[in-house]
Amino acid sequence: MTTGSARDEVLARIRHALSASPTEPIEPVRGYRRTGQYSPGAPQLLDRLTERLTDYRAAVHAATPRTLVSVLEAALDGTRRVLVPPGLPAEWIPASAVIDDGGMSPAELDAVDAVLTACTAAAADTGTIVVDASPDQGRRAITLIPDRHVCVVRAAQVVQTVPELLSRVDPHKPLTFISGPSATSDIELRRVEGVHGPRTLIVVLLSD
Amino acid sequence: MSQVFLGMPAHAPADVRALHGTQPFPAAARTALADSQLRRNLGAATATIRGKRAAAVAEVDDWEQLRFAGQQIKAATMARLDEHLIRLEQAVTERGGTVHWARDAAEANRIVTELVKAAGADEVVKVKSMATQEIGLNEALAEAGIAAWETDLAELIVQLGHDTPSHILVPAIHRNRAEVREIFLREMPGVDPDLADDPRELAMAARTHLRRKFLTAQVAVSGANFAVADTGTLVVVESEGNGRMCLTLPPTLITVMGIEKVVPSWADLEVYLQLLPRSSTGERMNPYTSTWSGVTAGDGPQEFHLILLDNGRTAVLADDVGREALHCIRCSACLNVCPVYERTGGHAYGSVYPGPIGAVLTPLLTGVLDNPTLPYASTLCGACFDACPVRIDIPSLLVHLRARSTELRAERRLVPTSEAVAMTVASWVMSKPRLFAWATRAARLGRLIARRGRIRSLPPPLSAWTATRDAPEPPTSTFREWWLNGKERS
Ligand code: SF4
Repeated sequence: MTTGSARDEVLARIRHALSASPTEPIEPVRGYRRTGQYSPGAPQLLDRLTERLTDYRAAVHAATPRTLVSVLEAALDGTRRVLVPPGLPAEWIPASAVIDDGGMSPAELDAVDAVLTACTAAAADTGTIVVDASPDQGRRAITLIPDRHVCVVRAAQVVQTVPELLSRVDPHKPLTFISGPSATSDIELRRVEGVHGPRTLIVVLLSD
Repeated sequence: MSQVFLGMPAHAPADVRALHGTQPFPAAARTALADSQLRRNLGAATATIRGKRAAAVAEVDDWEQLRFAGQQIKAATMARLDEHLIRLEQAVTERGGTVHWARDAAEANRIVTELVKAAGADEVVKVKSMATQEIGLNEALAEAGIAAWETDLAELIVQLGHDTPSHILVPAIHRNRAEVREIFLREMPGVDPDLADDPRELAMAARTHLRRKFLTAQVAVSGANFAVADTGTLVVVESEGNGRMCLTLPPTLITVMGIEKVVPSWADLEVYLQLLPRSSTGERMNPYTSTWSGVTAGDGPQEFHLILLDNGRTAVLADDVGREALHCIRCSACLNVCPVYERTGGHAYGSVYPGPIGAVLTPLLTGVLDNPTLPYASTLCGACFDACPVRIDIPSLLVHLRARSTELRAERRLVPTSEAVAMTVASWVMSKPRLFAWATRAARLGRLIARRGRIRSLPPPLSAWTATRDAPEPPTSTFREWWLNGKERS
């Protein structure tokens, strides 16, 4: 097969290219910060995450286990059809919500107004949350097509730095790193929020 | 084409149009310099992004350590590129993906075309990818009767405007809002005739235009920013959500990736995911980064193909100085700080890779004889090196390529290019390998001691040459005069 020979050919080219001037790969020096100064869930990190997400035009609401239901209600205000992933904690699920069974097509998801999920981890320095398609976060399409994404972040999930964030997620799962609602800078390099992804991102920061 | 021995590193073939401009850089630059609208658009846009980048970088106190790590990881990867690619192939295959290898553009295009046909589709949605622009995939698909829809806003503007990209990150940077509005009104079926030229409204028009495509497409084609060899994880960094749409909704996903995009381990991403967004859009983090490895049951595409593309990269690797150009993570910071790019725009470079990195990468990919003037498209001011998140020493690469060009032309008894004539001192130095090696080392030294990122002057003998062109931010007229002088002397 031609592709088989293409593989051999490209690999042979690489080896030839390298053999002309062999270099031992040096172990890269990782002199940058790999852990933050604050431990996960520290109040400073919650403040920073809030500030940075807000800077990207996401809305952030603080909640406690006691206020959570009313905060979620407010976050979903004005939406008629709300979808939730199958593994969301039962006490978070609004009465009218539809539970995703994996069967809705993209076109059907387009008729959903909002989705409510949990997350895997968040990084305060960059204002980033990660969803990994676990049962409480759902398959990727459900956090993509509905125009409003309400995402609950537990305080203990908030780390400071990007290296800490990456060490907490599983590279084999389909991951989505989200830093604010979708945006573009393609016209005159001016940032406009809200293009193809959800135009509204509401993060509910749940402390214990 | 000349006879190529099996396993010899090969340049990108001469028929790869996206790497071969129709005009040499000086001629194209003269045309661009005469376009004052273009210069205004570019000046405004690059000034905006420079300010944002500077603020985003200033916030990170370990920025220099990140740059060093970014440089060293890439160097270490290139030194064992074959092994990392084999590990990547294995990891992707184990997780249900299919890996293909392509020697050049034509082979990659053939593979994609066959895969789209096998999926029974006659259209694909695309997320911005330099690799597929480089190989001219859209044109190849069109010949096979397959429509390719660009979904990145800037790419869409370029595609609807029957235009070519002029910037790595923002391919339509040469268009202002009024021009974008005109293009949309002319080319977008069903667009609101009262569309204003407000960027927000224009973005919403694009959303409406592409929504149906996303929801119904059967095949998506993407590039990749990184691929992790250990885990088989592909990474796409984006802003608008068009990438997520393409990577999630169509049942078949085809990713075309240059072989240099592999990184050894997951932990390497912690460096690049910090360097890239701050350097490219000046954000702490881009709105969306998607990663996937192989296929996930019940989530996203159930068929995934990864095409590993050479198309000249092995020839770049074979150049032990030029090899560094393969470290590029396509952030576009070097374009935004370049006084030449700011004045000529991207089209003058005649390549899908414009600006400082394009001036080295393009001739390295094609062979410098195919793009002999590009290494001269620089004032060697050093701003690109200072901005580069992976510390690619672009000025030294430019000097290296000028020397190669002179050597090769002398070997083949070709007439020197006008730039080379205008720089006889430099080219004389460059034709003497020992002297040249000394001068380059001196030049590197010069940059080390330079203050605030500008080389004030180079040590002799290069000083005779740089003295006329290393003023930071030379005013427009100086640059124009520079070309005119070159022209008169040729
Ligand atoms: S050469 Fe460096 S600055 Fe230029 S695009 Fe590549 S990574 Fe960015």
